[in-house]
Amino acid sequence: MRRAEFWCSRMNAPAAPLSPYSSAHGKSNIEVHTLSVLVDNEPGVLARVVGLFSGRGYNIESLTVAEVAHAEHLSRITIVTSGPPEAIEQISHQLERLVPVHKVTDLTLRGNAVERELAMIKVAGTGQNRDEALRLAEAFRARVIDASIESFVFELTGAVGKIDQFIELMRPIGLVEVSRTGVAAMSRGPDPT
Amino acid sequence: MTNLMTGAEMVVRALQDQGVTTLFGYPGGAVLPIYDALFHQDRIQHVLVRHEQGAAHAAEGFARSSGKAGVILVTSGPGATNAITGLTDALMDSIPVVCITGQVPTHLIGSDAFQECDTVGITRHCTKHNYLVRQIEDLPRILHEAFYVAQHGRPGPVVVDIPKDVQFAVGAYAGPQNIEHKTYRPRLDADPALIARAVKMMAAAKRPIFYTGGGIINAGPEASRLLRELAELTGFPLTSTLMGLGAYPASGKLWLGMLGMHGTYEANNAMHDCDLMIAIGARFDDRITGRLDAFSPGSKKIHIDIDPSSINKNVKVDLGIVGDCAHVLRQLTEAWRGRSADQEALAKWWSQIDKWRARNSLSFKNSSQVIKPQHAIKRLYELTKSRDTYITTEVGQHQMWAAQHYHFEEPNRLMTSGGLGTMGYGLPAAIGVQLAHRGSLVIDIAGEASILMCIQELSTAAQYRLPVKVFILNNEYMGMVRQWQELLHDGRYSESYTAALPDFVKLAEAFGARGIRCSDPASLDAAIMEMIDTPETVVFDCVVDQTENCLPMIPSGKAHNEMILPGADEEEIEQAIDAAGRVLV
Repeated sequence: MRRAEFWCSRMNAPAAPLSPYSSAHGKSNIEVHTLSVLVDNEPGVLARVVGLFSGRGYNIESLTVAEVAHAEHLSRITIVTSGPPEAIEQISHQLERLVPVHKVTDLTLRGNAVERELAMIKVAGTGQNRDEALRLAEAFRARVIDASIESFVFELTGAVGKIDQFIELMRPIGLVEVSRTGVAAMSRGPDPT
Repeated sequence: MTNLMTGAEMVVRALQDQGVTTLFGYPGGAVLPIYDALFHQDRIQHVLVRHEQGAAHAAEGFARSSGKAGVILVTSGPGATNAITGLTDALMDSIPVVCITGQVPTHLIGSDAFQECDTVGITRHCTKHNYLVRQIEDLPRILHEAFYVAQHGRPGPVVVDIPKDVQFAVGAYAGPQNIEHKTYRPRLDADPALIARAVKMMAAAKRPIFYTGGGIINAGPEASRLLRELAELTGFPLTSTLMGLGAYPASGKLWLGMLGMHGTYEANNAMHDCDLMIAIGARFDDRITGRLDAFSPGSKKIHIDIDPSSINKNVKVDLGIVGDCAHVLRQLTEAWRGRSADQEALAKWWSQIDKWRARNSLSFKNSSQVIKPQHAIKRLYELTKSRDTYITTEVGQHQMWAAQHYHFEEPNRLMTSGGLGTMGYGLPAAIGVQLAHRGSLVIDIAGEASILMCIQELSTAAQYRLPVKVFILNNEYMGMVRQWQELLHDGRYSESYTAALPDFVKLAEAFGARGIRCSDPASLDAAIMEMIDTPETVVFDCVVDQTENCLPMIPSGKAHNEMILPGADEEEIEQAIDAAGRVLV
């Protein structure tokens, strides 16, 4: 769950060396990129994509997948990955090499994309904490989707940073657990991603 | 005419329609229906190997020497897992192989049935693509698509896993017409703007070099022809990786020899000091580059490759050109015509190269007492060069000596395991080559350790009366391991000596082959001639110097201009190798 900290530590950590001679790849300039991958919705396609990341030592920060065009059997996999820019360029090319992959778009490289994530956050507590949780939820436009006398489950949609922030605020109030979908993303404007 | 047939019949029909003439395989429970369908036809010759790894390597040898896809047929479970090494080998060296595996019936998948394994799961990482055929309706399309994917773009192995019930099911067959994958369409021609930039860089170069690889051979004989034309037009020096040997003739005046860890002094120094490197169908493998941060520091680099992920993978290049080598070479040659290199600078560059060449880095001290392995290869070359000869190798010192001292004039003449480095590759590959070229002389240059890894295939050679020649450089050591232990581990020869070798002459005879042994340099030529003149399978036990090292050598972690040359004394070797290099492979 310690995602916010995890991300920070990732960004300060030295780049995982791509070769025994890491100096060849310059400084540890780790970037976080969102890749949108359109694939044939066939058995094993997710295993191919995930296996590529594990087999070649790339990072997955978040991953979402679902069918997006039923008639054409197309699924979209949105992957948030981190690494030095040259590794991220490699990741795109390696993904394109997979036979069932139609298209890979590096939304971060292209810029100007909308990215959203949905999270459910369970908070337990009574008295003042309970009021505070509700007040903050209202400020963040989180919805209450389950309530008991001593708990709430909030539903929150937004950019990753907003969700991270909400979770941090809930921690001292009585955070129990979190379930997040990972990022879904799309380019802005009339053209397809 | 009805096109209804069983899945098993479809497999055979699809192979026939794809022009397959030779199939390497081994039967088992989950492929019995396909073997039954094979029984009723005679257009495809099935070659029964003795181990599925042998089938895969034989298919590789067949494919690489003929330019066609190699095809193998194995059963589920152990049949599939035994083929894995060969599939991985084909993936690393970009060899088109279609592997058909049997699978337990669909209703048993996932139940840990007898001889069940998750073939598509296991082979996902060692194939270009793979398929599990769940219903008969998909089978014809998948079979033809498998051939398309294996042979188009950067070639590679494709697995088609067919459950037994699908083999029995009846469906409508469709031929290979109009089979094109819906998304997989590799780019063949390069962007003309990039070609123009490349030509400009070439015209401005003062110290250029062509660095060529197996991609040129994979692109077909036309690519080799175009490479020769472009090289002659420009007058640029040319070096090649192990996998690219033969694309440019070793007798050509621009040839610098192989580059890399055991490449020549002139090739490696020219790579290090060049100001323009034109990489074609090569992938900047670590055996080639040596120490990456000291790799050719002052050069601009052009990289031509059909696989976009090869570009900027290990080495950042200045100009990446995606396309098929043959197409791009044609574009480059056409764009270059009428232009000329900087002749004055080029003459200076060549005189520098001649100085490096004068070091004669492939020299060795010959002996009249014991056969030197390099000498054995040189004699083998001299005695076979005027014949229609194909060479395969196993992996190790003998492989590097073959690359250094056997000179290849044509593409598709050297079959070797470059990327994966698979001991045991050479003999089954030679069987595959011989089946593709019945009348040719096919020689597996082997080591006594490697050959034992797939020695069972002698039985296959005997069954099909294939006159392959196994030329073993026998030094009783895993020679390359011994060499590294000598250089990097103070001569502690941990487990690299084979204490109980078979008598290779008797072993040959036991398999129905001919055995020849030679340990005397004076009788080597006569013994090699006897091998060549024997019209059956021969195992030649060439007893060589046990402690010879394969030089020159770039130690791991060193740059191209830090080579150990023949004649280096202990102190020089000590200085050349450091602790940082020892942790590398």
